[in-house]
Amino acid sequence: MKKFAWFMTLVLAFTLVLSACGAPATTAPVEKFRVAVVMPSAINDLAFSQSIYDALVRVQTDMGGPDKFEIVYSENMFVVDDAAAAIRDYASKGYNLVIAHGSQYGSSLQEIAPDFPETSFAWGTTVDTFGQPNIFAYEAASQEGGYVNGVLAATLSTSKVIGVVGPIETGDAKLYVDGFKAGVAATNPDVQVNVNYIGSFSDVALASEAATTHISAGADALTGTAQMVVGAIGKAEEANALWFGTQSNQSSLAPSIVVASQVYHWEVMLKEMIGLIQAGTLGGQSFRANLANGGEVIEFNPGYALPADAKALAETTIAGIKDGSITITLP
Amino acid sequence: MISDLFSVTVLVGILASGIRLATPYLYAAIGETFSQRSGVLNLGVEGQMLLGAFAAFYVALTTGSLWLGVLTAMLVGALMGLAMAYVTVNLHAQQGISGIGFYLFGLGMSDLLFQKLMGTVETVKGFPKIYIPGLSDIPGIGEIFFSQNILVYGAYLLVPIAWFVLNKTTLGLKIHSVGENPDAADSLGVNVARIRYFTIILGGTLSGLAGASLSIALLNVFQQNMTSGQGFIAVALVYFGAWRPVGVLGGALLFSMINSLQLWIQIKNIPIPSEIAVMMPYVLTILVLVATVSRVRAPSALTKPFEREN
Repeated sequence: MKKFAWFMTLVLAFTLVLSACGAPATTAPVEKFRVAVVMPSAINDLAFSQSIYDALVRVQTDMGGPDKFEIVYSENMFVVDDAAAAIRDYASKGYNLVIAHGSQYGSSLQEIAPDFPETSFAWGTTVDTFGQPNIFAYEAASQEGGYVNGVLAATLSTSKVIGVVGPIETGDAKLYVDGFKAGVAATNPDVQVNVNYIGSFSDVALASEAATTHISAGADALTGTAQMVVGAIGKAEEANALWFGTQSNQSSLAPSIVVASQVYHWEVMLKEMIGLIQAGTLGGQSFRANLANGGEVIEFNPGYALPADAKALAETTIAGIKDGSITITLP
Repeated sequence: MISDLFSVTVLVGILASGIRLATPYLYAAIGETFSQRSGVLNLGVEGQMLLGAFAAFYVALTTGSLWLGVLTAMLVGALMGLAMAYVTVNLHAQQGISGIGFYLFGLGMSDLLFQKLMGTVETVKGFPKIYIPGLSDIPGIGEIFFSQNILVYGAYLLVPIAWFVLNKTTLGLKIHSVGENPDAADSLGVNVARIRYFTIILGGTLSGLAGASLSIALLNVFQQNMTSGQGFIAVALVYFGAWRPVGVLGGALLFSMINSLQLWIQIKNIPIPSEIAVMMPYVLTILVLVATVSRVRAPSALTKPFEREN
């Protein structure tokens, strides 16, 4: 009896081992989709770079985890030459999609992409694919979230002065700021919006001093874009001024004063690109994240007691932008 | 309009901002003044500031003690200074290149530690403003000079102390002689290596403190590369200030005041493009440098390794 038990155990173990070995061979092998991304700041900057990283992680979850979808990244690539080297490196290692997340990487990508016709590249934020068949372009209509934030800020400001801290007057930042100003003007033309571009994406000290300057000038609501605003949020909190975020959800930095954040959900664009790549189209199209397609979402901070009428106004505005009844005129 | 700039609010705002913005430059540039006076160019200031900023922030965040954070930042800066001193004094390494090496080390290391230990941007409650009784109530003046945090006061207090040490003490004389003519100093029995070790470590300590002043006193946040070139500007301010603490103070204040002025220029809608406005501090500092500094001579032995002849 004892011998029989041993025999059975052995048979059982053997079958298990065999079936384990056989399993992958019987089902068709699923090829792993591999993505590399190069970005100018850190994956946890609570702004631009984090927005793409978080989106990739969401795509990974939806596609079945790290076994089905591999993410590698190079962060803090503020030196364009280093970024170019990283992009070329990833392309030569056979990644399916190499993302250059920063408008400053455009000319490097234009040079590199033709050398790797089998690799798909994505460049943001821009609309330009350089007419190349293996470059996708993506951007965010950040003026839309800016407009909603502007409507809210104009409604909530009692001093009727609002301050904006921007990096450099170009691209995504300029769109956001212009949209914000349009939202304020549409809600209450008497509210004054003071804008400050500090000329840097990384100078936390100057951004924070810009916020202090806005507060001295009478602002009781502030907003700002790019990763150096973390310093400005702290100054807004000290002065108990409201903050409106963009790019990532910034509520965690100052839970008492952040009203809402426009968050980029690039996964909407990324999934479309991945679908195209799997169907054999490697580029040549440009994508735009906006409120209507879910690429941009206004996330309210649950820790801030937003008055019901203001929230209703924000939601009407979001709906209006989505259905096209509100159009945002940019200068 | 231009006339909008001449109001009390704006003037007070510019001066108060300028004084705050100058704080990290002062710590770092005074430290650098000591090492350059002794003949050593330390280009690693930026890296020392970054590691100091991270050390101060992380210790303050985890222990809740701001002073422990300040001490750790100074210690980290001192250790980086010690390494720099070994490389430049004992190994006679080319100072500019090794300094850039230390900058890159500080940049990468502070980033790595931030990723591993924190992972996301957080905030701490930094040093509060100290209102000096009586003086802080004076309109305008009070807000500018007497309502700042302790590390701001410390930076300004450092200027007369540094002046005194450099000009009125034997140590200052030794530093000067080592920086001007190390051979002569050596023949008179001054230990050149020991003096340079001292000044480089002091420079590192103050750079670490400069970082702490950013991360737990002025901004209360740590982010990668948050110094954003301030360490290099501090090195430039030493040249600007002609290797004198008071000159460094003048340069730091000029640069910072113009920076805060340009913030107001944009806010007051004065029709100057923002790109021109943000350029102003750099352009004006260069102009003043050209106009004044051409007469001043750098320490003769600056960047020259000292090798004792037998």
